[in-house]
Amino acid sequence: MATQSSRSAARIMMAPAVFLLLVWMLVPLSLTLILSFKRFLPLRGDRIGERGDGFGDFLLDYITGFPTLDWVGFQNFASFASSGAFTDAVVTTLVIVGGVLAVSVIFGILLAMLLDQPMWGQGVVRILVIAPFFVMPTVSALVWKNMFMDPTNGLFSHLWRAFGADPVVWLSDVPMTSLILIISWQWLPFATLILLTAFQSLDSEQLEAAEMDGAGPFARFFFIALPHLSRAITIVILIQTIFLLAVFAEIFVTTGGAFGTRTLTYLIYQRVLESQNIGLGSAGGVYAIILANIVAIFLMRIVGKNLDR
Amino acid sequence: MARAVTTQRKALNTAIAWTIGILIFFPILWTVLTSFKTEAEAIANPPVFLFFDWTLENYGVVQERSNYMRFLWNSVIIAGGSTILGIIIAVPAAWSMAFVPSRRTKDILLWMLSTKMLPAVGVLYPIYLLCIELGVLDNRYALVVILMLINLPIIVWMLYTYFREIPGEILEAARMDGASLKDELLYVLTPMAVPGIASTLLLNFILAWNEAFWTLNLTSVDAAPLTAFIASYSSPEGLFFAKLSAASTMAIAPILILGWFSQKQLVRGLTFGAVK
Repeated sequence: MATQSSRSAARIMMAPAVFLLLVWMLVPLSLTLILSFKRFLPLRGDRIGERGDGFGDFLLDYITGFPTLDWVGFQNFASFASSGAFTDAVVTTLVIVGGVLAVSVIFGILLAMLLDQPMWGQGVVRILVIAPFFVMPTVSALVWKNMFMDPTNGLFSHLWRAFGADPVVWLSDVPMTSLILIISWQWLPFATLILLTAFQSLDSEQLEAAEMDGAGPFARFFFIALPHLSRAITIVILIQTIFLLAVFAEIFVTTGGAFGTRTLTYLIYQRVLESQNIGLGSAGGVYAIILANIVAIFLMRIVGKNLDR
Repeated sequence: MARAVTTQRKALNTAIAWTIGILIFFPILWTVLTSFKTEAEAIANPPVFLFFDWTLENYGVVQERSNYMRFLWNSVIIAGGSTILGIIIAVPAAWSMAFVPSRRTKDILLWMLSTKMLPAVGVLYPIYLLCIELGVLDNRYALVVILMLINLPIIVWMLYTYFREIPGEILEAARMDGASLKDELLYVLTPMAVPGIASTLLLNFILAWNEAFWTLNLTSVDAAPLTAFIASYSSPEGLFFAKLSAASTMAIAPILILGWFSQKQLVRGLTFGAVK
């Protein structure tokens, strides 16, 4: 159907999007890569180009690979990877991602199963359950931190006192549990919604047939429902992983990275913007990109397969 | 569901589901309720649920003290601007990929999606640096462009999946009836594409409204949207529960309502149609 002219028209229509995304990807990536091999401490007087002297000078400096900065080889990569903070941050990141995934997948399946049952006011319950996904992360983190987890006036501390127990100082005593709770609250709705959609496409005749053949509820769940959900579960895991690897605002407004809640994203943010060690932070950025890409490869495979339908 | 269900079973389902639903919704409900209390009632022990003197005072104070309207306006400009700009760039691209597919279309689509996997923190400094060099740090138009680029792959993908569902036969039938390219676009394709474009707009507005990483790091005073404004309450002086609640309620209310309208699109949009 496509003629030569329509093909060239298509190319022209695609060009702006492709061009913009190419620039968006290549320019920052190349900058991060160059800077990760450099010593760049603005607070100690390192300068690139004639800063503030216009964009042309910066561009020239960028093209020539920032000659005013010392090339340090893989030193940034080595010191970033060998510091204890890096290992801790990777562990913290994995615990948060794993914890939130576990909560949202397990409870997501249970909730989706429940919401799939006949009941009164299903639409309203669905709206109640999905709501947290639309709450902006800074609001959600602050509401939890102040109104629920605050050790003197928070709702939880009132509750604990009502039962005669000492209130828990959530964000410093059990910081990881608290963060996982906050972030799970935001992501459980997403998992539930996706899984519920998948549940609704489950063939009820197949279930009835299995029931008549004497399969109990557990057998029906594990041999029919779960395999049917596998694709939805994989997608939930992969999409959430991409977002959870980058969790930032929740940590920014609650613990600020203290009490062992510093994720890789947060560590890099601190190196780059707080301590202004650009080279070191950029090396960390490269590590983060590698980590995310390992995850992304799996996601692309699955989405790619879906395209072939 | 063709299976017969007893009323008892249905009642039990209803009771359990409503309890869980209200529990999950509770933090939002509590925030909204607290926004109408005085500071003293907000921290009262035991907590008061409904029987307090409802007041609108907090909303006034939030606006007065920090010029809430400016943050709201920034949010509207940044989220709205990036969404509209993204749609303008994405519609032709998705359109051509859906109707004039070539061998490379799939590769281009997957590559576009891969830019979405780029962790923001990996390119934080370069973008920060570029903003400084271009003199657009703390500038809302810079954020319009950045958030547009962040969401562009999703916009293209969503539109692509919608456009692909427009059956080619209808086009051919229109052509047989002698429709010109202009007629085809205007009277056949556009009406069928509008719902898809509308849901894409909606979902991307929500994503951009709630985006926090770039807005927190690239704004300070002039361009700060609501995400950043709320974060300013994390300082100790922000322990004013009622005022925090009022500010939060105003920040999430519009998007919560939009979100409820777009539940179905959310599933499609965020899973690229892979879950049905």
